[in-house]
Amino acid sequence: MADNGKPKTDQLDQLESGPWPSFVTEIKKAAETNPVCNDLLGQLELSYEEKKGHWKHGGIVGVLGYGGGVIGRYSDVPEQFPQVAHFHTIRINHPSGWFYTSDALRTLCDIWERHGSGLTNMHGSTGDIIFLGTRTEELEPVFKELTENGFDLGGSGSCMRTPSCCVGQARCEWANYDTMAMCNQITHDYQDELHRPPFPYKFKVKFAGCPNDCVASIARADLSVIGTWKDNIQQDAAAVAEYAAGGLDIQKDVCDRCPGKCMDWDGSNLVIRNGECVHCMHCINVMPKALRPGKEKGAVLLLGSKAPIVQGALLSSVLVPFVPAEELLDTLKELIGRVWEFWDEHGKNRERVGELIQRVGMASFLDAIGLDPVPEMVSAPRDNPYIFFQAEDTK
Amino acid sequence: MTVQPAKRITDIGPPHYEKFLHPVIKKNYGQWRYHESPAPGVLCHVAESGDRIYTVRAGSPRLLSIHSIRLFADLADKYSGGYLRFTSRNNVEFLLDNPDNIEPLKKELLANNFPVGGTNNSISNIVHTQGWVHCHSSATDASGIVKAVMDALCDRFTNENLPAKLRIALACCLNMCGAVHCSDIAILGIHRRPPKIRHDVLPKICEIPTLIASCPTGAIRPATVEGKQSVEVINEQCMFCGNCYTVCPALPMNDPENDGLSIWVGGKVSNARSAPKFSKLAIPFIPNNPPRWPEVVDAVVNIVNVYAQHARKFERMGEWIERIGWPRFFKLTGIEFTRYHIDDFKNAGLTYARSAHLQY
Repeated sequence: MADNGKPKTDQLDQLESGPWPSFVTEIKKAAETNPVCNDLLGQLELSYEEKKGHWKHGGIVGVLGYGGGVIGRYSDVPEQFPQVAHFHTIRINHPSGWFYTSDALRTLCDIWERHGSGLTNMHGSTGDIIFLGTRTEELEPVFKELTENGFDLGGSGSCMRTPSCCVGQARCEWANYDTMAMCNQITHDYQDELHRPPFPYKFKVKFAGCPNDCVASIARADLSVIGTWKDNIQQDAAAVAEYAAGGLDIQKDVCDRCPGKCMDWDGSNLVIRNGECVHCMHCINVMPKALRPGKEKGAVLLLGSKAPIVQGALLSSVLVPFVPAEELLDTLKELIGRVWEFWDEHGKNRERVGELIQRVGMASFLDAIGLDPVPEMVSAPRDNPYIFFQAEDTK
Repeated sequence: MTVQPAKRITDIGPPHYEKFLHPVIKKNYGQWRYHESPAPGVLCHVAESGDRIYTVRAGSPRLLSIHSIRLFADLADKYSGGYLRFTSRNNVEFLLDNPDNIEPLKKELLANNFPVGGTNNSISNIVHTQGWVHCHSSATDASGIVKAVMDALCDRFTNENLPAKLRIALACCLNMCGAVHCSDIAILGIHRRPPKIRHDVLPKICEIPTLIASCPTGAIRPATVEGKQSVEVINEQCMFCGNCYTVCPALPMNDPENDGLSIWVGGKVSNARSAPKFSKLAIPFIPNNPPRWPEVVDAVVNIVNVYAQHARKFERMGEWIERIGWPRFFKLTGIEFTRYHIDDFKNAGLTYARSAHLQY
């Protein structure tokens, strides 16, 4: 294959200065050992000159027996940049919490050095390890080496996408359930749905240990599992006093910021009316030494969030207000099963679960999955009188 | 005797995280008591047992060569027993049991141009998408704008001097594979012209009914062009989402003169204090101006600075704007309010001002 050598990159070179680490420098580093990256630089420079992308619409490529995990990518100027004529992306399911050992990272690097560009994303938006750029004939060999070393592909297309979670109980005192265990378990329990797209569109699950939601589950997952607690905030009065002595204005910075207005501070004692707490995390965030989530831990399950395409962006909304931590796995699997069954039957092509609920109505959706309506599901009851009364409720 | 091919391994899922956990983390899993923030980019988590694990966080460009990943591996071997992780915002974190290693590790990270920070009330790394590096539908590049913006805001990454945390995200088209719609500041690539229709190839490579159904506003209808089945687009109904292009490559959206960026503000995902909320439109359009997009950088820096100057302690961008009101946001930032800021999609009326609560 023609080797263009090192391209002229007047524009990209300008992105190598400045204090923030440069992706251009990363591509150039990779180009020192893999000439493919020279053509990537060349094509990218062309995009910078012309102000437009030069990748063709995807193509169907993958590994045997899987319907996803590889995104086909082809250059629209392959004559000019033959080394990136094929430049497919491989998604690799990351370990829960994105924890690695140095050896595990080196193993991944070695595999990718043998079979691809040497460029990655650590990590992609959904959470996968992304191997950026290889040829069709390398897909099976890279897959073989990955699986021999204990890694598997992630999701793409209309499948259960690679679930992800926050750091959880591994390094956070606020995790109200074991996010990493739950993420790992659900990922393994739905390998078929992850690798062989069976749905109308994508389905994402994200596990956050507390309402701070460090994995953005409420905005980015069809099923958002957010840890919370039911009983009283654990309070260490001495530590509260320490924060006050240290200069924290507890009235202004804690009590006045509380959305439930459930805290009183008289200058020496902090009183929390836990029944009025909305579990927002603010006071705990401000005084991590003094306050902690309660002991009756679990999660709230919310459904339906997504980015704008097709019918508009949605945030997830409450479906089950509280599930005790010890019942979480079974409840999730039961719920996932019922949601998928309804979506399978009624979802249109490229219709996310949240959009389906908007189309058929939450009440019909609840009927279908067998959940009773509860006031926690709404910010307010309806304010229009167009009620679809059901025949069986009338005489 | 025939040689059996080696068994093909499939559906093994990700490796179990447990084998990647630092011994101190394994021992104290689920038993963390509290944490402290000794310095920007450094966290100290204390367990019930009294054990401590120190985290040193550094920014990465997300697009990493295996050379840099190997550097991280070497640094982990040298300073953190070989244990490290990445965050949901593309930072790398080294997990140390020996606090004496914090400063030498920071020094080596800095020497290799990886800034240490991104904790508490700082601007963490910008979550972003592939852009011209690897995407077919992008209206702009991603990595280049992120690099230029973070160059200008790097001090806000390495210091914790904002009223609250500030999260920036960039998506290079409305598909938002980096969902940016709930960010303090979102930079969003947009198209502004309807797709061009390649009638020559359309019937060969696209299913026309699927294509017609893909349009959220019903702007695509069947048409016969030069005797061939194709489609036409009612331009007035097109809001340039690009969904048709996703299902049919014969409707390209790319338009160098008209593609560009929009800026959105005030979203959040955390439930702390106020409920999670969407980002709202601040600037409808800024042209693509590679390689450093100075107009975008200036716009973002301006919004950050005005926020830093005016917001009260603990107020996220959206909470600050809700307190002062949108008219004052536009006044303070000097951003022009236009017809494009008023919603005209579904349920638009919900964002009209429906009270006499006004400030003069």
